[in-house]
Amino acid sequence: MQGGAVEPGPVGDAALLQVRDLRFAWPGEQGDVLALDGFAIAPGRRLFVHGPSGCGKSTLLGLLAGVLVPRAGEVRLLGQDWARLPAARRDARRADHVGVIFQQFNLLPYLSALDNVLLPCRFSRRRAQRAGAEGDTAGPGAEARRLLQRVALPEALWTRPARLLSVGQQQRVAAARALIGRPELVIADEPTSALDAALRDEFMALLLGQCEASGASLVFVSHDERLAAAFDDRLDLPLANRARAAADTRGAPGETAHRQAAGQGGAMPVDR
Amino acid sequence: MKSLLSLAAQSAWNRRGTLALVMLSMALATALLLTLERLRTDIRTSFSQAVSGTDLVVGARTGGVQLMLHAVFRVGGATNTVKMSSLRDVAAHRAVAWVVPLALGDSHRGYPVLGTSREYFDRFLYGDRQPLALREGRAFAGTLDGLYEAVLGAEAAEALGYRLGTRITLTHGLQPVAGALASEHADKPFTVVGILARTGTPVDRTVHVSLQAIEAIHLEWAGGAPVPGVRIPAEAARKFDLEPKEVTAALVGLKNRVAVFNVQRFVAQYEAEPLLAVLPGVALDELWAAVGLGERALLAISALVALVSLASLVAVVLAGLNERRRELAVLRAVGAGPRHVLALLAAEGAWVTLAGALLGAAAAALAVRAAAPWLQAQFGISLQWAAPTPAQWGLFGAVLAAGMLASLVPGWRAYRLSLADGLSPRL
Repeated sequence: MQGGAVEPGPVGDAALLQVRDLRFAWPGEQGDVLALDGFAIAPGRRLFVHGPSGCGKSTLLGLLAGVLVPRAGEVRLLGQDWARLPAARRDARRADHVGVIFQQFNLLPYLSALDNVLLPCRFSRRRAQRAGAEGDTAGPGAEARRLLQRVALPEALWTRPARLLSVGQQQRVAAARALIGRPELVIADEPTSALDAALRDEFMALLLGQCEASGASLVFVSHDERLAAAFDDRLDLPLANRARAAADTRGAPGETAHRQAAGQGGAMPVDR
Repeated sequence: MKSLLSLAAQSAWNRRGTLALVMLSMALATALLLTLERLRTDIRTSFSQAVSGTDLVVGARTGGVQLMLHAVFRVGGATNTVKMSSLRDVAAHRAVAWVVPLALGDSHRGYPVLGTSREYFDRFLYGDRQPLALREGRAFAGTLDGLYEAVLGAEAAEALGYRLGTRITLTHGLQPVAGALASEHADKPFTVVGILARTGTPVDRTVHVSLQAIEAIHLEWAGGAPVPGVRIPAEAARKFDLEPKEVTAALVGLKNRVAVFNVQRFVAQYEAEPLLAVLPGVALDELWAAVGLGERALLAISALVALVSLASLVAVVLAGLNERRRELAVLRAVGAGPRHVLALLAAEGAWVTLAGALLGAAAAALAVRAAAPWLQAQFGISLQWAAPTPAQWGLFGAVLAAGMLASLVPGWRAYRLSLADGLSPRL
């Protein structure tokens, strides 16, 4: 582990990811866009983050991945608070421990599918090693092939430039990339919204299955509540977010009561 | 870092069309700068090497620059003539070692004809005090027997395809008048007896004959036109007194350079006719100051061109940046830092600049090589196919440095963007 973080406490209740009293504001802007009391995710668990577009979901993912740093509070991955690391160490740590899948445009169009899957190994020796040590001695390339096989990408497409793949194929390659080298955390930002219903279900099954197989925790963001059923936990972001700025941008007067009710009702989904 | 560079290369290859255009514009700017610098250097060298070993140039009273243009560069006519008797007086000055009279005003197919004494071939020096050398043949005899003999400059011989023994006729005036056969000295043809080795000076373009020959071909001429009804055949001309009374200028060498201002004053205060003596070095500097202004303007313009192409480099990369924000977000997601993003763009800019500058340097070298014969023929400027001058290295370095600095601009912008965008570019 590059971060040199110490896993706090006994292994039993060690959270993989822990958020506490999080406050985030965009630089130069007045007011917080995110204010969360906190939640945690245990290793291997799956969290569904739900909310309409514009409610700060992507911002939250940026904070979880250590790309953004909160104004106050902490986000701990494997016990290490992102904010306590210098920027370069955060990048290295993200490369080591986090896989990310976007809504679309996941791949570098000029690299082959295989090279796209191998991309994290260029930035993380740990993941390159883990990918190599996984099976036989064939190295990360073999692991990448295995992953592409598991996400059912036809072998003929493996060495073709990613821009030639369909959207569905691209998303599957992105899933393989997020999983190579078995990062502890996989973050998915609306990965199914560009897919039609059939492809979406297929992709969901594949993603959940592969995360389970590699033992990764999954944070999955979507506005589509129908997907929530397959997850262990659920975070309703508009309900959990107590930021005034966020409330202002939503601007719906009826929501205040709704939010209060939610706050009392303990809808804050801490690791159950 | 190595993998980052290979990514940069693959990404750049993906956008090779745009980048090639940027590179081409860099190459053009570099080529322009380097070529102009080479031209500047070599023109200046040509200028300063046109004459050496001559302490004073004497002519009728006119401007120093005009006298130099006439006597050394064979450009423009003389405003007036100099009496041979005056030159004899100058030669009699105790500080004067030698006087070589020059009679200009005729031409052969656009190449200037110089009437002079045999001493010219020993006294005239160019470049770093190099004497004239004959590539073929000999100098004209300067006797009555060898009256109609000519010695050609290297370029005149080459361009006109003349060899020893070729017979040529001279034309009155500096430019041939179309269809005006009357102005040809066609009745008195000359034989080429010698061809000089190349000097890179106006000598290369000159047809040299004796002063007596100049007298002979003008025997029946008066006031710049043949006298009607008078014809003196070439052979008959030998019977006349062919000692010239007047020439258009003279080169003067001193026994001791210390006396140069004394002699100059002596010439300036000469009472029999108004004369002027100029120091070639001083006059050349004066001439260069006049020409140099334009030359500096050219350099300034090409610097502007370089600046514009750098600006277009920045503009093109900046414009392409929005399309690349997704790419940068992907790189951020897999663990690239903003500083990687900065390095990625800076490296790309640096490579494009380097490739463009190298391409431009090669183009400049080829252009110089291709244009050299033409420039030599047209303007008598000899361009060097030679190692870059320090100034050229300087310009090359400046283009590179400016290009790399310029590519930091989009790099910095990308850095800021990727900090703000995080994982989701807000397009």
